[in-house]
Amino acid sequence: MLRALGAIPTLLLVIVLAFLMVHAAPGGPFDYERVLPADVEANIARAYNLDEPLPKQLLRYLAGLAQGDLGPSYRYRDHTVSELIGAAFPLSLKLGAMAMALAIIVGAGAGTLAALRQGTYLDRVVMAFSMTGISIPVFVVAPVLVLFLAVKLPWLPAGWSSSSGVSRMVLPVVTLALPQIAYIARLTRASMIDVLGRDFIRTARAQGLGTWTVVRLHALKPAMLPVLSYMGPAIAAILTGSVVVEEIFGIPGLGQFFVRGALNRDYTLVLGIVVFYATLIVSLNLIVDILYGAIDPRVRYR
Amino acid sequence: MSLFENRSIRISGGILLTVAACALAGPWISPHDYLTTDFNRQLLSPTMTGGQIFGTDDLGRDLFVRTMLGIRVTLLVAIVASLVSLVIGVAYGAIAGFVGGRVDAVMMRFVDTLYALPFIFFVILLMVAFERNFLLIFVAIGAVNWLDMARIVRGQTLSLREREFVDAARLTGVSTARILLRHIAPNLIGIVVVYVTLTIPQAILVESFLSFLGLGIQEPQTSLGALVDAGVNQMEGAPWALLIPAGLLALILLCFNFLGDGLRDFFDVRHTN
Repeated sequence: MLRALGAIPTLLLVIVLAFLMVHAAPGGPFDYERVLPADVEANIARAYNLDEPLPKQLLRYLAGLAQGDLGPSYRYRDHTVSELIGAAFPLSLKLGAMAMALAIIVGAGAGTLAALRQGTYLDRVVMAFSMTGISIPVFVVAPVLVLFLAVKLPWLPAGWSSSSGVSRMVLPVVTLALPQIAYIARLTRASMIDVLGRDFIRTARAQGLGTWTVVRLHALKPAMLPVLSYMGPAIAAILTGSVVVEEIFGIPGLGQFFVRGALNRDYTLVLGIVVFYATLIVSLNLIVDILYGAIDPRVRYR
Repeated sequence: MSLFENRSIRISGGILLTVAACALAGPWISPHDYLTTDFNRQLLSPTMTGGQIFGTDDLGRDLFVRTMLGIRVTLLVAIVASLVSLVIGVAYGAIAGFVGGRVDAVMMRFVDTLYALPFIFFVILLMVAFERNFLLIFVAIGAVNWLDMARIVRGQTLSLREREFVDAARLTGVSTARILLRHIAPNLIGIVVVYVTLTIPQAILVESFLSFLGLGIQEPQTSLGALVDAGVNQMEGAPWALLIPAGLLALILLCFNFLGDGLRDFFDVRHTN
């Protein structure tokens, strides 16, 4: 509960910072190549409340925000920012959730395998892959995968055509998941090796339980704690990655809107998406914290 | 043990130095330059003749020279941005650790708060708000990456603060600022070197991410991220335009990560605490 209250000033800080940043920008959102007559400019400014003093604009923005209203988009004239986010986010959410699930399953599996076969060829392969996956950014992996798996070998669709069904999800989800798989595999391996060396594992083994039973019943839960605390950064990384992935694969999700907004200088849209992402990340972090307490009772008494 | 007995330091350091040397000397040796467009020589595949070993791009510009310039820009941005984060991180961490108490608690709580933020989005916001200027890229990336440094330096300073030589300095009347600068700072060098090496690949990532999205380095200047972006558009007809900069970017990032790991082993950070 206290943590939940702690998240509020963080969010407020983000919103105010983002708002001021956008409004400190030189040049307005309605600057065109052709100079508009002064009275037209004044009318536009009045219509979007840009003629008010900054603190008043900020308060107006915060008041709107409290009601889920992120204001009008400066470029998509007939839509509010909230509408645009509402339309684009579900797709990004679907991609992100699938990538996260894939990352946890494959990452934890590979990490556990490497830990159990520590020092063997398999371990080294997993770790080499993991180092590579961590180092190489999504925007390098994605086009290279497209080049080989979609252009050179026509196995998967390269873009986001509606005719290709589920297969169009494969490349985006895999690319998005890859660095997280790599990181989670490393984390799991390290903590699994640590846990497997503890006394209670020796006891379980001494009772005659097989390796996999010990891992499943005793080692997995404590070994996954570091992975759980990595979920916050992982979520942020997947959101960042989805900006690139959506751009490369032409997926009409929130990330693409964000980049378009940034390139079009659609201030309210960019501001709205930053605020939205920040809220999402802060609240997901909060959920992770609470989950952590639920799984590891030692944390609750801290 | 010498620094060069560590295999990952030797190999990755060697590769990085080679790449940097090529990036510095390449454009100077090559008969081509990065600006000249030639519409008779668009999208040529890599060839030895005429020294166009990386081929040409869609405007007929020599890709070898452009790639080398891209590496220069990428490395320059990364190093300067890392220095920015070094200055902020060390100053912040050293002050928090040295002063301690409530100031430390508040300062570190602030860092925790910042950790929770989607920084890359702030950088993008910054790029949108204030045009895409070169200087801003440095500052923005540096301002993003100082958190880890601040935490680590603070931890180290906390333990240094309790050591006898600091007491001795204080007893002889040395001012706080001077203690920080002359007695604490030199003892932080090892750990700082390691984390700067690990910050550089992060800075490279941010810069190339921005350039890839078209928000970073602007034409006709280029960076590895911008080259990858350009390569994506040509990949069906000219895969080399994608694969060469993508490969080099991956190589540089891998080497920096290995170098950082190697240096960490060398300085054995955990044991100095």
